[in-house]
Amino acid sequence: MSDKPPSEVTVTINGVEVEARPGEMLIAAADRAGVHIPRFCYHERMSSVGMCRMCLVDIDTGRGPMLQPSCMAPVSEGMVVDTESEDTKRAQEGILEFLLVNHPLDCPVCDKGGECPLQDQTMAYGPGESRFVEEKRHFEKPIPISDLVHLDRERCILCDRCTRFADEIAGDPLIQFTERGNSMQVLTFPDEPFNSYFSGNTVQICPVGALTAAPYRFKARPWDLEQVESTCTTCSVGCRVAVESSRNELVRYLGVDVESVNHGWLCDKGRFDYEAINSDERLISPLVRDNQDRHQLLGTDWGSALARAAEAIQQAGPQRVGIIGGSRLTNEDAYAWAKLARVVIGTDNVDAQLGDGLPAEVVLSLPPATIADACDADTVLIVGPDLKEELPILHLRLRVAATKGQTKVIEIGPIATGAEPYAQRSIRCRSGEAAKTLTALLEGDDPLGNQLRDGSVVVVLGRASMAESATPALDVASVIRDRLPHATFLPALRRGNVRGALDMGLAPGILPGRTTIDHPSESLTSRWQTFPKKAGLDTTAMLQAVVAGQLDTLILLGADPLHDFPDRTLAAEAFQHAQTVIAIDNFVTESVGQADVVMPSTAYGEQGGTTTNIEGRISRLTQKITPPSSTRDDWMIAAELAWRLGGDIGLSSREEIWREIEQVAPSHAGVTIDRICAPETHEGILVQGSSIELSLPTPQEPPVVDGYGLRLVSGRKLWDAGTGVSHSPSLQHLAEESMLRVHPSDLHRLGVSSGAAVRVISTRTTETLLAVADDTILRGTAVLPFNQPGSRANRFIDATALVNDIRIETL
Amino acid sequence: MKFFSEENLELADVIISRYPKPRSAMIPLLHLAQEQVGWVTDDAMAEIAELVGTTSAEVLGTCSFYEMFKRHQVGTYVINICATMSCALMGAEELMEHAERRLGVKAGGTTADGMFTIEGAECQAACTEAPCLQVNYRHRYRVTPDEFDSIIDELSSTDHNVPDHGVLSQIRQHIPEDRFVGAVPPGDVASAPVWMHDEGVD
Repeated sequence: MSDKPPSEVTVTINGVEVEARPGEMLIAAADRAGVHIPRFCYHERMSSVGMCRMCLVDIDTGRGPMLQPSCMAPVSEGMVVDTESEDTKRAQEGILEFLLVNHPLDCPVCDKGGECPLQDQTMAYGPGESRFVEEKRHFEKPIPISDLVHLDRERCILCDRCTRFADEIAGDPLIQFTERGNSMQVLTFPDEPFNSYFSGNTVQICPVGALTAAPYRFKARPWDLEQVESTCTTCSVGCRVAVESSRNELVRYLGVDVESVNHGWLCDKGRFDYEAINSDERLISPLVRDNQDRHQLLGTDWGSALARAAEAIQQAGPQRVGIIGGSRLTNEDAYAWAKLARVVIGTDNVDAQLGDGLPAEVVLSLPPATIADACDADTVLIVGPDLKEELPILHLRLRVAATKGQTKVIEIGPIATGAEPYAQRSIRCRSGEAAKTLTALLEGDDPLGNQLRDGSVVVVLGRASMAESATPALDVASVIRDRLPHATFLPALRRGNVRGALDMGLAPGILPGRTTIDHPSESLTSRWQTFPKKAGLDTTAMLQAVVAGQLDTLILLGADPLHDFPDRTLAAEAFQHAQTVIAIDNFVTESVGQADVVMPSTAYGEQGGTTTNIEGRISRLTQKITPPSSTRDDWMIAAELAWRLGGDIGLSSREEIWREIEQVAPSHAGVTIDRICAPETHEGILVQGSSIELSLPTPQEPPVVDGYGLRLVSGRKLWDAGTGVSHSPSLQHLAEESMLRVHPSDLHRLGVSSGAAVRVISTRTTETLLAVADDTILRGTAVLPFNQPGSRANRFIDATALVNDIRIETL
Repeated sequence: MKFFSEENLELADVIISRYPKPRSAMIPLLHLAQEQVGWVTDDAMAEIAELVGTTSAEVLGTCSFYEMFKRHQVGTYVINICATMSCALMGAEELMEHAERRLGVKAGGTTADGMFTIEGAECQAACTEAPCLQVNYRHRYRVTPDEFDSIIDELSSTDHNVPDHGVLSQIRQHIPEDRFVGAVPPGDVASAPVWMHDEGVD
């Protein structure tokens, strides 16, 4: 044997020599060589199990041809394979005959019929007739195994794909093979449903119709579906999806396997929230506040709504207008709005983040990392939100990488997160004290300190809690810059195209192409000519300015500050003081309900363009359905408003906008439409360059909690009261009512029993909430999820405070 | 809801400590649960899942694979009557019919007093002694209907040494300190255990 393993091995498949990678399974090598071997259980993203025997082929390794499952046979030098031999054909016919012994053949009423691997492979490789005349096995069917997935055990061929996915990939082994032999079946434990955030993937990978998705059941036949490839914008990870519609209605999303991002997986929120786009509650015509009855919004035409909006903007004057939101927008829409604000309105008061992210100049200047970098790094350090709740597919990628031993995950944060089961170490610290904890770790003699110093590190950085300001996260960034200068960052930011919106200049002081307002690019200056030279206000400062009477007109670009801004009191006060609020949205949210002019915009699937994920990866969005009624693309609204304001943003199509972005945005130079639209850019185009220099404030010491106080931690949940979930009938009931969770000894100290109502006091409000004991919570900490149905955590939070403390009292 | 008795919970911890990974203790703990009440309840599976750090579904998957873990209440004495070839030729069918008449339950059923469960079984590897049966997995050979009656009478009295269904000895094994290999993951094993060297075993 040679000392070095060979970099390639040569196998002969059907008489053709093929280069294969050492250690890979024959079926994978055949796939790359374009030879299709039929299969049911094999899945390229999961371990091989050899359950179904469908991939039996004749393999000769020098001892004569033998039938072996190609998903379990590692390639070896000189292997000769025949996938079309007589023996192989007989084996395939035999296996299919066996698989069909118990399969009910109810294809006409099966969701999978028409796109079913069992149906297709029986056609292609089956014997054509069955000799089986006995009774098939029967089960009650279908049974719901979760709120979203139904199981038909008669159709199941026991391939182990769903159960393997649940265990290996999702880490939620809540479905299992039970019994054995002829009684073997997939089941959950009684009264313990398959409540996984990733359950929808099992439906997609099921090779028969055994698993069906509740939102899609009996909605369409596969041959009636039209499909386009697009990018999910439910969160900022940017998973590739296939968007499918039937009769101009979105009916299904499927995950598309791209190496760089989602590996074919989707979270259930991203997979099923298309229901909201089809919702009857969509905003479809412009509305204006009734002058007679101020409580009413009246339907109007676009001309009147735009005129009223333009009038309010003009009356206020450039310095007294602010634009909040824009993360829902595509890159092109965001650029149009950024240009409208600067060039036509003349204000730099724009912010795509709702006071719950990190300053744009920091996001755009941190040394960048990709998801793949994180999965291959020696260590991933998570200081930020619970990724399982907020960026589920990033969580999934890190989980798989960590369980395979590719990387090690260390998390520092105030609450138990979804990363804990796979983390090398979960370090709990009080909210606001992550920087202090990290410093102590690096200064002490903990072996983790050496691991971080000596190996590659990717930091997933964000805000763990809506109840702490950006400062603690920035302090962590300073510690890392000083002590771990080799670390790179993935920003854990909230909302779909937040990264793209920041890249396009929807942030105070930031211009398109990751430049600052004091260093604009030449091409931008010559194209834009006049624009503000001084940085404007961020969302918090804008709301404060409205309250102080320094800002008159607020424009909400798909933003709902009353629900999403951490500090409801400040947002509500700003709404009261604002002269005019103009809202552009898909739904009448609580904030939109208080606006004076409301304009309906197109939603996901109704618009093309591009989006950018947290890595800075630009990928295409594809329009699939026509927008309802008179809704308009956000960039068109910007163009119309510009015209009504007596200006012109000079943009008349998405393509034209992108061409301009490519010219004026230095970071995006060379990213042409042709490159974006080319089929090989399936993985998106990674844009990492930035001309902004990283500048971080000096770390601050967080205040000490007094003996009576509890530090409030408020993170987001996947199932929340946001528009996507609350307007999707299948998802809305999954959001739990929020309760205050406190360590049992803290409750005991106050003489409160678990589950009792308590008075919760913060600097902002005093309200009654249910308090529940939870021993996973750090002592001295109280956890209240953000934006859940019912009580809203943002009533208690002061956005200007570094951290927020509350007190609880018995009633 | 908690299932294990305090004493068994302590034993469960000992059992778990024998393995490098807690999950490996799943089957011994299922035995322990079956010993406690004679069958494996849902509560037991849920508690085992908690003890070994997995989901109840995974414990159910493992438990249900093995027919000798009963997931429904069975009698104090489980009688398995062999029905495979040799026993069938030697009158197993008549024996089963007799058993059903005598106990007043069908195969698979349990008598109302909770004493007996009868089950049809596959070959028990005692073909020379057909027809055979097992009482709580203890063989009885060449059983005639009359002998079946006397087995029932014997079991109904206190004069016999058949322990209740579920009682096992293996999980109570005591490994002397000096023979305990320790919970070393297979990948980390570098040499034979110390006591093997002591006895000159290579």
